Amino acid sequence: MESAAASAAAPVRPSGGRAGQSLLRGLPLLPSLLLLAVFLAGPILYCVYDAFTDAQLTGAAETHFVGLDNFTRAFGDPDFLNALWLTLVFVVGSAVVGQNTLGLSLAVMAEKATRPVRSLVNGVVIAAWVLPEVVAGYLMYAFFYQQGSLNDVLGMLGLPRQNWLYTLPILAVCLANVWRGTAFSMMVYSAALNEVPRELVEAAEMDGAGVWHRLWHVTLPVIRRSIMTNLMLITLQTLSVFGLIYAMTRGGPGNKSQTLPVFMYQQAFQNSLIGYGTAIALVLLVVGALFSVVYLKLLKVEED
Amino acid sequence: MRKKLLAALAITVATTLSAAGCGGSGAAGGGNSIKVVYWQHLDQNDKKQQKFLTTMKTSFEKAHPGKKIEIVPVTASENDYYTKIQLMMRSPSTAPDLVYEDTALINSDIASGYLKPLDPYVADWADWGKFAKAAKSAVSSPADGKTYAVPDDTDTRGIWYNRKLLEKAGIKTPWQPRTWDDILDAALTVKKKLPGVTPMNLYTGQAGGEQSVMQGFEMLLYGTGGAGDSLYNAKTKKWITGSQGFKDALEFVHTVYGENLGLPKSAALGANAGTEVGTKLMPENKIAFNIDGSWMANNWLETGPHPWPEWSDTMASAAMPTQNGQAPGKVSMSGGWAWSIPAKAKNPDLAWQFMKTLKNRANSTAWNIIESTTAVRTDVAADPKYLEATPTNKFFTSLVKYTHFRPALPKYPQVSNAITKAMESVTTGQSSVDDAAKTYDQDLATAVGSDSTAKGN
Repeated sequence: MESAAASAAAPVRPSGGRAGQSLLRGLPLLPSLLLLAVFLAGPILYCVYDAFTDAQLTGAAETHFVGLDNFTRAFGDPDFLNALWLTLVFVVGSAVVGQNTLGLSLAVMAEKATRPVRSLVNGVVIAAWVLPEVVAGYLMYAFFYQQGSLNDVLGMLGLPRQNWLYTLPILAVCLANVWRGTAFSMMVYSAALNEVPRELVEAAEMDGAGVWHRLWHVTLPVIRRSIMTNLMLITLQTLSVFGLIYAMTRGGPGNKSQTLPVFMYQQAFQNSLIGYGTAIALVLLVVGALFSVVYLKLLKVEED
Repeated sequence: MRKKLLAALAITVATTLSAAGCGGSGAAGGGNSIKVVYWQHLDQNDKKQQKFLTTMKTSFEKAHPGKKIEIVPVTASENDYYTKIQLMMRSPSTAPDLVYEDTALINSDIASGYLKPLDPYVADWADWGKFAKAAKSAVSSPADGKTYAVPDDTDTRGIWYNRKLLEKAGIKTPWQPRTWDDILDAALTVKKKLPGVTPMNLYTGQAGGEQSVMQGFEMLLYGTGGAGDSLYNAKTKKWITGSQGFKDALEFVHTVYGENLGLPKSAALGANAGTEVGTKLMPENKIAFNIDGSWMANNWLETGPHPWPEWSDTMASAAMPTQNGQAPGKVSMSGGWAWSIPAKAKNPDLAWQFMKTLKNRANSTAWNIIESTTAVRTDVAADPKYLEATPTNKFFTSLVKYTHFRPALPKYPQVSNAITKAMESVTTGQSSVDDAAKTYDQDLATAVGSDSTAKGN
C-alpha cells in the first residue's frame, strides 16, 4: 500500500540528453525494478490469479478456475457486505475524521505552545506511532477491556463501567486507531504549517480576521496539498490495519468489528478458502484505489 | 577498485556458502536429522509435551548415534496451529518430518495431499495390532482406505462438577442430570443460591474454534433425537440442514447465555476462555460445573500449569445426558491427536523410526498418564498403572461406549467454523435461533455444495 503511494509521487524526469544516455542513467534502477517485479508485482499477480480459483489451504488437492464465482459469492454474502461497511466506517471514522482533524488540531496548537509543552505532546503522540501495531493492539485491549484501565478511570469518576470491546467494538478499534495513527497526521501538518508565510497570517490579522477566519481562509488553503496527501496516506494505511483489530477483538463479538482484512484472514486461514480470501483482498485493493482516485481528483480540482 | 573487488569476493563467498548450505540440507534427505512439529499451547506454563518429547529425543539420539531430532514447537491458538502446519506442509522446504495433528483435520489434509500413507510402515510393525479399531479408523481415509497417521491419544467428554459448590447450593451429590432441563435447573439453583459463582460453563463462539464445537455444541447436538445423524448422514452421505436437533442445541446455548448462566459473554467469546476456566475459575471454586474433556485434570496435576492438590476431593464427574433422557441416556464426543508424516517430508524413514519409539507401549503409557488422556492402545487401556493414575481415568474411559466421532471428512473444518458462527450469533443475541440456523444452512451449502446437503427432521 505504502509503496503504491510512493510511486504516485512525481516521476523523476531526465534533464534532456540523448536517448542512449538516459537509458544508461536508468541502468542503476534496474535491480530495484527487478526486485519490485519479483517481490511486489509477482505476489500481486499470483493473488489475482488465485482470486479466480477455488484454491484451498486444506481439503482439496486440486484447484480449478472458477471465473467470477468468488466475487459473486462475496457480494451475495451478508458477512462480506457487513465487513465492507465496517471498513468504510473504520476508515472514515478513525482516519479521515479522527486522525486527520486531531492531527491538524494538535499541530495548530503545538505551533502556539511553549517549547516544553510542544516536546511533551510530540513525545507522547509519537510514542504511540512508534509502537508496533500488535503491541499497540494489546495495550489498547488492556485499556478498553472490562477490567481495563479506562473502566478503572471511569469507576474513580463515579461513572458506570462500560464493556467497550463487547458493546461497541467498532468504536473501540476506531479510537485505538486514532490514538495510534494521529502522530503521522500531526507531523505532516506541523511541517506544512511551517511553510505558511508569516506575512500572510500577519496581514490577515491586521485586517481583523479572528483565529477561525485565519485558519479557514488563510492557513487551510495554503496547506491544502498536504491535506490531500495526508488523507490519501492515512486512508491507505487504515484500510490495511489488521493486527490492531485482531489483537483487540478478533473481529468480534460476532462480526461487529470485522473489517475486510480480518474477514479476509478468517476466510483464507480459518475457513481455508485461499481463493475466496484473495478475491476479498482484491476487492480491498480496489477500495484503496478508489479512495486514491477520489483524492487525486480533488487535488487536481484544487490546483486548477 | 579494491573495495569493489572485496565486495564481489564477499558476495561470491556468501553465495557459495549458502548454496553449500542448501546442498547440505538436501543431502540430509538420505537421513540424519528430522524436524518434529507439535503444538505449544498459548499457556506457556503447559510444557508437558515439550518435556516429554525432549526426553524421547535424548534417549533416541543416544540409541541411534549420529541421528538428530529437532523438536519444533508452534506456539499458537488451536486454529492458528492448524493454519501454520498446513502452510508448512505445502512446501518441501518447510515441511516437517513428523507433525502432530488433530484427527479431525486428517482427512482434510489427506485430500490436500499433505500426508504420506503409512501402510508400508505399519505392515511391518508388530505393535500396530495393539491399537484400538476406532482409533485406527479415525486416522485412515474413507476414500482410499489407507492409513495416514499413528493415533496418539483419544478423549471423551462429560460434566465436571464442583461437589462442594453443588452441595452448598442444595443439590444432592453424586450428581447425574438425566435431561438438559436438569442441567438448566441446577444452573438456575446455583445462580440463585451462590451469587458470585458462575453456574456453568458451555464453550461457545468463534474464538474458541473446535473447543466451542466439540465440547459445546456437539455434546448437545448428538444428544438430540437425530443422534449420530444430526450433523451428517453417513448413509446418504449428506450434511444435514434445518434439523430440529440443531435448533434445539442452539436454543440451549441461547438460554445459557441469555439467562446469564454461563461466563460473562465477553469472557466466553474470548480466545482464552478455555485457559481461564481450567486454570483459574475451576481451581478458585468459581464455577459450579463445566462441560469439558477428560483431560481437564491435567491442568491441576503437579506437572500441570496450575497444580491444585485438592482437586480430587473437590471435583467429580457426571455423564452428559441426552436431551430428554432418551436412550442410551448418555452422550459423549471423542477425538484425539495423531502423528503423521507429511508427503513432502525430507526424511520419512527416520521419522518412522522415531515414531515407533514414541508410540511403543512404555512410552504410550507414560504419555497417557502425563497428559491424562484416554489410551488408544488396548494394552495400555487395560494397564492398572494407567487406570489408577488419576481418579477420573476409569470414569472417562467408561464413556467410550456412548461416544461419537465427528464426521471425519475434508469439509469438516469449514462446517465446524460455520457452527461457531451460529453459536456466537445466538450467544451475543445478534440473531435469533431461527436466523442463526438459517445462516448456518447457507454457510453449510456454500462450504460443502448444496447438492451435498439434505433437509433434516
